[in-house]
Parts: sequence; structure tokens; C-alpha cells
Amino acid sequence: MASKILNHSLVIAHKDLLEFSRSKMRLVMLIVMPLFMMIMVGFIFPSGSSISDVPLAFANLDDGVGNVSLGDAFGTQFEVINDQAGLFEISPGQDLEDMKQMIRKGQISGGIVIPNNFTQTLLNGEQATIIIITDQSNPQLSMQVQGALAGLVDAMGTMAANQALNTTYGIPAGSTIAIIEPYTIEVTGIIPGDPSYFQFVAPGIMAMVVMMALMTGLPHAISYEKDIGTLDGMLVAPIKRTSIVLGKVLAQTTRGMIQGMLILILAMVLFGVVLYGSIILVIGLMLLSVFSFVGLGILVTSFSQNEETASMMMMSLMFPMMFLSGVFFPVEQMPSFMQTISSALPMTYAVNALRKVMILGADISAIGGEVLILIGFGIALLAISVPMFKKAMCK
Amino acid sequence: MSVPERTDCEVTEHSTSNVPKTSIVPESTNCETPDLTSIENAIETNGLSKIFGELRAVDSVSFSVRKGEIFGFLGPNGAGKTTTIRMLCTLSTPSEGSASVAGLDVVKQDGMVREKIGLVSEKMIMYDQLTAFENLRFFGKLYNIPKSKLDPRINELLELVHLEKWAHKQIGTFSTGMKQRINVIRALLNNPEILFLDEPTLGLDPQSTSEIREFIRNVNTKNGTSIILTTHMMVEADMLCDRIGIIDRGKIVALDTPGNLKKMISSSDGEVMEFDITNLTSAMYEAIQEVDCVDAISQKSDTLVRVTCKGNDAFDNLIDTIRESNGKIKSVKNLEPTLEDVFLHITGREVRDHTSAKVKTSSGRHGHMGRPKSRVR
Ligand SMILES: Nc1ncnc2c1ncn2[C@@H]1O[C@H](COP(=O)(O)OP(=O)(O)O)[C@@H](O)[C@H]1O
Ligand SMILES: [Mg+2]
Repeated sequence: MASKILNHSLVIAHKDLLEFSRSKMRLVMLIVMPLFMMIMVGFIFPSGSSISDVPLAFANLDDGVGNVSLGDAFGTQFEVINDQAGLFEISPGQDLEDMKQMIRKGQISGGIVIPNNFTQTLLNGEQATIIIITDQSNPQLSMQVQGALAGLVDAMGTMAANQALNTTYGIPAGSTIAIIEPYTIEVTGIIPGDPSYFQFVAPGIMAMVVMMALMTGLPHAISYEKDIGTLDGMLVAPIKRTSIVLGKVLAQTTRGMIQGMLILILAMVLFGVVLYGSIILVIGLMLLSVFSFVGLGILVTSFSQNEETASMMMMSLMFPMMFLSGVFFPVEQMPSFMQTISSALPMTYAVNALRKVMILGADISAIGGEVLILIGFGIALLAISVPMFKKAMCK
Repeated sequence: MSVPERTDCEVTEHSTSNVPKTSIVPESTNCETPDLTSIENAIETNGLSKIFGELRAVDSVSFSVRKGEIFGFLGPNGAGKTTTIRMLCTLSTPSEGSASVAGLDVVKQDGMVREKIGLVSEKMIMYDQLTAFENLRFFGKLYNIPKSKLDPRINELLELVHLEKWAHKQIGTFSTGMKQRINVIRALLNNPEILFLDEPTLGLDPQSTSEIREFIRNVNTKNGTSIILTTHMMVEADMLCDRIGIIDRGKIVALDTPGNLKKMISSSDGEVMEFDITNLTSAMYEAIQEVDCVDAISQKSDTLVRVTCKGNDAFDNLIDTIRESNGKIKSVKNLEPTLEDVFLHITGREVRDHTSAKVKTSSGRHGHMGRPKSRVR
């Protein structure tokens, strides 16, 4: 009996894939969709915290004292350091008001103003203020510009202090830094270097295409056949209803897995993503994700009698799954009630486990918890959805 | 306990030889059949109903289809034909009542019922992206037909409908007529005992229509397959079916052989006349309708009125009425009653809406959807 069910479902899966392979449009979409998603994500989310060639205005209003202008010195030095780091593209600005106008026009993303009493204040032995202005319409960039400028100013302050200690107190040049900054940090991780945003997001997107194949692909595959009337051809044959669902699931899983793998390959080839864990484990995890989502897909399908209900249900399941399960932003950065929702979604565990394996090179023992939870979700959702589906088929 | 698989194309024995075909059926056996004869029945239903919300789409229907006969379900759109077929094919669960197909209960033994039936539904069951052969092979595999037998069977069926040269072309490139031929042989892959055809010639060109009808008849005579088909075409029911069940608003309103159904009109002393009135108006139409002897009336074109009337002086009365309203009678024909007249006679409504009913638009109460003036029985 079981072998018959499997056999029939293979026949149906084969038919579905054959049909799929005959449609050029769908084949193209199979490849274009993941590519599009990777590129889009890459543009929307600036990779990491590094910025480069951000347009910036610089205005030196320092009056100087006599023929001494520390503002000029600061400006020259700032340019030298910036040339090395390549963070900003510097253009001259007049004053604060002028810069505000430039930001409004979108000509610059930030600016530095050295006030007119800069030299005087420093010579008085007081702290001199440097004004930084940022473009608040882009909070993320604003933060980064602020951070980078503060870092630069800080570095220059350190340089000045080194020099002062050396010249004023005669402390050897090599020892001054230990007085100014007695503590330094060294960051170390499991994998070398800083992972790019792609590295972070690739496992999430892989889990997402698999989820979408089952959440949208499966209901569509079945309601489409219902619409054109071919589903009756299968329902009227002496096969189990289970074979039909299973066949469709197999076909959609194959499609989702192919897409998932395409994303991995694209991410590695085009975006320099490195796979640190075992590919077998990655594939295994994706299949396990399929198992954990499939019940949801079947559930949506059962409601597809009514197109509106089905699509509303799909949306209300898909959106939390996409945005609350850590595909794009880490779950830890979310407000705590969102985190609670997130912990009730199978997708969260799938993404988490995939990320551990792909980025941290985790082995099976390190993701045992996620694996168990995914299995649990799979069984529970199937137990709810399969009876509902069987009922819905016989309306 | 399991049912032997009907894989091959062996000619079934329980066929025409022991089942009398057509007209010998006594009129009295219209609906329920006693248990003794149930072995002879391909289909039996008892109080079968399907309720969609408020609507009783099929309303307590009881009838039986004999083995080896072609049974027609005739009724206008929305009458409940498809819904009935779907319940019999196990695609839809009855809301009330019961039905058995090939002696098996459609609810409790649905799996076994499916092995014995073939279905040609209103929508074509095939995939445009696959070739004819791939389509047939896919459905064949669902019937557990082993490959060694399946491929020869497909070729044989393709030859029967003269499409062997098209076997490996995608269905999407086929004409509607060709598609329907493939669709019909698909339903025969498992050599079913009972074949269901839901409006099998709907939307086909005249040539394909007659090809399909002939093919259906051949399947019935050569294989002894019991056939139940639905149609809203009177002519089709008349020429194909051994017996016809007329269904209207979910109820079977008459069930008999085409001949007997037509006799209903003459036996009630009625006849069918067609008047060609060159200056037909809606007032005139209403006047005719009001004549006592008129049982049913329908308009065929701008000038043609078809009247079912009864009584000896019916003809005179009608002529007088038309003359009184200054009608110019071009010709009068006395026609053989058709199933259309029978339907009109029974339900007071035409099977198909006529688009040419311009004259009637003002008549309101006596539109063609109105009840008949007088109902027999
Ligand atoms: N799934 C359904 N849900 C609600 N009403 C339905 C459904 N299927 C059919 N009906 C209604 O049942 C009636 C009978 O339909 P149907 O059996 O398709 O008629 P026919 O085949 O004779 O044209 C129609 O009024 C139709 O609107
Ligand atoms: Mg119908």
C-alpha cells in the first residue's frame, strides 16, 4: 500500500516537473528569481558598516591667531587620513547653513565645520569643538558617517596627543600611545575576517525560497489544476488523495531545492560568500525545512476553495515568516514581543540552523535543538493539515 | 477482498446480449428498481441530494441506469447534471441519500468505484504542455496498468480516434475536436465498466460533434460499456440515449425512452404546431398564449411560434385568435413532437434561452420563463 502511494506520487511529481520543464517562462523565472532576490537584497542593505566615497563638505571657518591656523592643519591632516581610508569624497563648503542646503538638495551626505575660534580655543588650552552635520533622512548612513567622522577626529586627537607628549614631556615616541590609550582590543571570531551581509543573508534566502515553493507553489499547483479541471482526472483515478499531495510536494520541493542551490552558487560565485560547513548538512537542513513547512502549505491549499481566504492566509503566514524569522535582520535586534512571535515560527529555526552551518561551520551536534524543533513543527502541522485537506477535496 | 484489476482491453462479457436495449422497457419502471434486479443495474441512486448552502442543487433524485445502456441526463444549465455526475464519480460527497455505481457504494467504497469508471468531465482533463502520449501514459500509470500493457493500449486507443500520427505532439497544438477525442480515450484507458460523459460535445464543431457521438455509440455497442451522459442538447439526447432522465432544478421530472417521452404529448391528446406569422407582435404572442387549448408556447424566430396544444378545436381556435389580432399567417406546420416540446410541456420553460426573443420583451408575466398556462398531471 505504502509503496503504491509512493509510486503514484512519483508519477505525479514526474508529470509536474515534465510540465514545468516545458514552460520556458517558468524555467527562466526559476533562475531569475533567486538572482533578482540576491541583487535586490544586496542593494537595499548596505553591506557591513564600511562606507566609501560618501560625498562630504568641509568648511574651515577658523580665523587663526596671528599667522597660525590650526584649522588649516587639521584640514590638511584630515585629507591625508581620508585619502588612505577612501571613506569620503570631500568638496568645499561655505558654512553650516550652506551645508544644510546642500544636504537638502541631496548633494552631500554630511559635512564638517571648523568654527572660527578653533585656534584660539586650542591655544587657550581648552577643548576645541568640531561640528559634524549629517543627513538624517538616511539614518543608517547618518550613523555610519557620524561614526566614521568621530573615528577620524579621534585618531587625529590621538596623533596630536602623541606629538604633544613627545615634544613637551620628552617621552619616547614609541611609548606615548600606551599612556594615551592603555587598553586595546583584538576581535577574533570562528571564521576569518568580517562576514559580509551576503554571508548573513544567503542562508536566510535559501530557507525562504524553499518556504515559498511550499507556501505559494503548492497551493498554486493544486488550485491551478482544480481550475483547469485536471485535478478531477487524478481524483477520479483509484489512487489515494495522499499520493496527490505527496506528488505535488515532491515536485515543489525539487523546484525549491534547485532554487536554493542556485542561490548558494550565485552567492558564492558573485558575492564572495564562503560555505564553512558541510554541503550535505546544508542540503539535509533544507529538506528538513521542507518537512517543517509542508503542513502549512497543505493547510493553505485546503482553504483554496475560496481564493481570497487562501491568499489572505498565505500572506498572514508568509510575512511574519519572512520578516520575523531573521532572514534579513537578526532576531536579537527585534523588540521582545516580536522575538516571542519569531520563536513560534519554524522558519526561525531553519534559518538559524542553516546560518550556523554555513557561516560557523557547525556540525550536526551543534544544531540538534533546531533539528528536533523542526521535526516537531513538521509532525504537528501535518497532523492538522492532512485531514483538513482530505475533507476539502471532497466538497 | 480486493477487486481484480481491469488492466487489459479484454472485451467485457456482461454486455448487450443479456440486457435488452431500448424500447422494450416497460413504462412503469421509471424510477426505483426493486432489489432483485439490482445486479443488472450499473447505477442506482436513492434520494440523492447535494446541498450548497441554501441551494438544493440536486434534490432527492432516485433513478437507476441499467448495465449496457446509454442513459442521458437532459436539462438546462444549472439543472444539477454536473453535480449529480460528480457525486456518482466520487468527486463530491452526497449531502443526503445514497448511490451505488457498479454495485458499490460511492461513499463507503469510493476507491473501488474509481477503478470501474471513466470520466469525461466538462473541462478537458489533460495538460497542454505534454504530448498526447505523455498525457495518456500519465493517467494510465495512475490506474496501475503495467507499462508493457499500457503503451500498446494507448496506441490502440489513438488508432481508434485516428490520432496515432499526433501521438508525440503537445496537446496545446491540437484543435478542440482533437483534444476532446484524446480526452475521451483517456477515460477509456482502464476499460471502465461505466463511462460518464458530462456535456461531451459542448463547444465542438459539427463534424467533431458527430464523430464523438459515433464514437460514444461504438464504445457502448462494442464493449458493452454502460454510459451515462449529460447534455442540454435535445437532439443529442434523442439520437444517443436509450433512456433519458429530464432534470430541472435538481429534480428528475421525467424519465423514459425518447419515444415514450414524446408520446407523452400525443397521449395527452396534444400536438405541436408551428405558425409562421409575418407580423408577429408581443400582443399577438400573448393572445395565443391565453387561448385555452394552448399547453406551451415558444418563439423560434422573429416570425415563428411553436405551440403545443390539445383538443379537437385547438387548430380552429388558434387560427381565430391570430386572425382577431390581425396576424398574417404565412404557413402552419403540424410537427412531430421533439424532446424540446416535452421539456416545455413538463416544465413550462425552454431548455435554452433564445436570443431572438425580441418580440416578447414587453410581455413580462408571460415571458418564456413563466409557468405554463396549464400543466398536465
Ligand atoms: N461548488 C458549488 N458551490 C455552490 N453552488 C454550486 C456548486 N457547484 C454547482 N453549484 C450550483 O448548483 C447548481 C447546479 O449546477 P450544475 O450541476 O453544474 O448544473 P448543470 O451541470 O446541470 O449545468 C447551479 O445552480 C450551480 O450554481
Ligand atoms: Mg454542467
